Amino acid sequence: MSTILLSRVADSVYWMSRYIERAENVARFVDVNLNLSLDSSLGMSQQWAPLVATSGDFALFQERYGEATRENVIEFLTFDAKNPNSILSCLRAVRENARTVRETISSEMWEQANKLYLMINEDVQSGRVWNSPHEFYADLKLGCHLFQGITDSTMSHNEAWQFIRLARKLERADKTTRILDVKYFLLLPHVQDVGTPIDDIHWAAVLRSVSGFEMYRKRFGRISPLRVVDFLILDGEFPRSVRYCLQRAAESLHKISGTPMGTFRNAAEQRIGHLRAELDYTSVDSIIGQGLHEFLDDFQTKLNTIDDSVFETFIAMRPMGTSAARS
Amino acid sequence: MHFHGYDTGDFHDEMFLPDGTPRPEAKLLVDTITSLSGGELQLRQKSAERTLLELGITFNVYGHGDGTEKIFPFDLIPRIVPADDWARLERGLKQRITALNLFIDDVYHDQKILKQGVIPREVIESAKCLRPQCVGMNPPKGIWCHITGTDLVRDRDGQIYVLEDNLRVPSGVSYVLENRHLMKRTFPQIFEGVPIRPVDDYPSRLLETLEYLAPAGAGSARVVLLTPGIYNSAYFEHSFLAQQMGIPLVEGRDLVVNNKRVYMRTTKGFERVDVIYRRLDDDFLDPEAFRPDSLLGVAGLVEAYRAGHVALANAPGNGVADDKVIYAYVPEMIQYFLGEEVIIPNVPTYLCWRDADRQHVLANLDKLVVKAANEAGGYGMLVGPHATVAQREEFAGRISGNPRNYIAQPTLGLSRVPTLVDDHAEGRHVDLRPYILYGKEIFVMPGGLTRVALKKGSLVVNSSQGGGSKDTWVMAATGGAQ
Repeated sequence: MSTILLSRVADSVYWMSRYIERAENVARFVDVNLNLSLDSSLGMSQQWAPLVATSGDFALFQERYGEATRENVIEFLTFDAKNPNSILSCLRAVRENARTVRETISSEMWEQANKLYLMINEDVQSGRVWNSPHEFYADLKLGCHLFQGITDSTMSHNEAWQFIRLARKLERADKTTRILDVKYFLLLPHVQDVGTPIDDIHWAAVLRSVSGFEMYRKRFGRISPLRVVDFLILDGEFPRSVRYCLQRAAESLHKISGTPMGTFRNAAEQRIGHLRAELDYTSVDSIIGQGLHEFLDDFQTKLNTIDDSVFETFIAMRPMGTSAARS
Repeated sequence: MHFHGYDTGDFHDEMFLPDGTPRPEAKLLVDTITSLSGGELQLRQKSAERTLLELGITFNVYGHGDGTEKIFPFDLIPRIVPADDWARLERGLKQRITALNLFIDDVYHDQKILKQGVIPREVIESAKCLRPQCVGMNPPKGIWCHITGTDLVRDRDGQIYVLEDNLRVPSGVSYVLENRHLMKRTFPQIFEGVPIRPVDDYPSRLLETLEYLAPAGAGSARVVLLTPGIYNSAYFEHSFLAQQMGIPLVEGRDLVVNNKRVYMRTTKGFERVDVIYRRLDDDFLDPEAFRPDSLLGVAGLVEAYRAGHVALANAPGNGVADDKVIYAYVPEMIQYFLGEEVIIPNVPTYLCWRDADRQHVLANLDKLVVKAANEAGGYGMLVGPHATVAQREEFAGRISGNPRNYIAQPTLGLSRVPTLVDDHAEGRHVDLRPYILYGKEIFVMPGGLTRVALKKGSLVVNSSQGGGSKDTWVMAATGGAQ
């Protein structure tokens, strides 16, 4: 019997996966900023506002908190239940989605999703977030990694799993572009710092927030803004680079539909194919030439249209009689 | 932990004889528990509760805002059912289900049992859960009650009675499986040397039962489990059973009926569905056939079922036999359809629509348990000896106003099992719900859900009213691994 996948279930595993990846990324951003802010001599202690900008929820933040202090930002991004993209909200969404597809995912995955949610609630209660923030964020990241490891090693790599991977890679590509966007803006104006140790530390922080510092060193050695951009957008081997994520996302999309790579039979495949080709045949110089911010902004919009067409193609409830995703 | 000072009270204790010595089948377990150092049992109990929380084995509580989840309290001291008791229960349950199935089929077809006056026609016709939509329906293989969870209780004198039949959508079986799993995980040494019959094959048996119903020519049957969704109190069980059987868990919105055939919406388009294990009450199943305001069901489902294109388990219409007035006639049904004496008796039941019964009930409200004919979950019930005068008066009014809707039974002294209370054990009242599958043959799962009233002296075991559960050990007949 071939495994079938309900559209509703595909939707739930997709969002479960996006939210766990989102939670992990927010934890990364906050953790790296916490580290940087300890070096007050670097003038980073006041740099909490850009972190909120990274998440894309700056308007909501201003409305709820006003000033971007360390405490406000940490609260907003970590355990503000009213912020739909706080780590707490993300982990709740992971758990709720996992709960609706418990029969599709493995028991171990459900258990880990549940434990993570219980953990963050207990840590908020106990104040661990404030007392040992680094341990707290490290445990969170580890918990998210554990979920993904459990996913990859206890669940058949069937259609539902491909949706999980698709979601993870799209979310990750989006987050990498966001951190790059914000940091680039934040760092670039200080022309006098270019090439100085301070500049080095800032860019190293960007790399660290995606666990890319060491891998970057192996590839490029010395830190340079251009190469960091190159590495995070165009590298073909680093698992958080945008191009790498898109390649894997496209593979999953094609596995789901059965369409051979390099061709397309639905809008999602067409759009991801376009975007991949764009990255395959561009260079960091032309990205910078076009303007990094403009490039990233345009890229994020295109990622969203891929997300929309995944929904349209596989998940949207259409009445019987109209054509389905695949005949 | 020791049992010194444990008081069996004026009840049948499932573990100890009145003189305080363990029953033969419980001796080994009592020895193991006694040999544990002080506090160990409590530690394990705490660890079991933590595990339940981490596994997310919870139920939703109605009336506490949506999505409030609680763990179903679990007590580590198991309940033991000796092999000879079980053998008789198994025979009795098979007998009962066979007769009930014939009865339901008769009610919706020839009504011979009414024509011959065994059960008064007006009792049937006034039953709230009689479904006129089901008249003339022929469920696949003639089976109506595929999955039953019969409630059994034991009185002071040791006699076991059937309290309720639960032929509609009985729940709780997942706790039977998870309780056993949890016991093995937290307390493995307690199992040593005890010949307990396994319950793990229930999901396979259930799947077989469901596949057996597939319409002829369906090839490999596509079986699904239909749930009302994550806010249903039994959602954990629905997803658990679907997972264990490897079948899709669907909601009403995932299904669509076209040309009297049922399809589910998948990422690859529409896929046929052959058998639906529905965990939705009749009322909500199909807005075209039953309640038109139901958003949970599937429009046209009953038509597809009537046309024989899809099987439903349980069949719609079974609720008629769950009516507590009709329940009182099960011994007569067994006699009528099978020509046999009932093996597990009913609790003696007064039917308030009978004048003599009603007068007796009204005069003895302080001694009786009064129940509405169509309520479940411990609702619509008066436990006379524990009720206030005002409560009794209120029920007297309700009974006189609608006698057909009320029955009364003597207040049974439900049997007890030692239950962990702080650092010692106290007797708490229990019932037992075994699960019966009716497919190619009738299968009684060797175990069941033991619900325990955790509140001291309470006789209400329902999870919605402060009840918990225990692992239930059905002993293998001797010659096993003793």
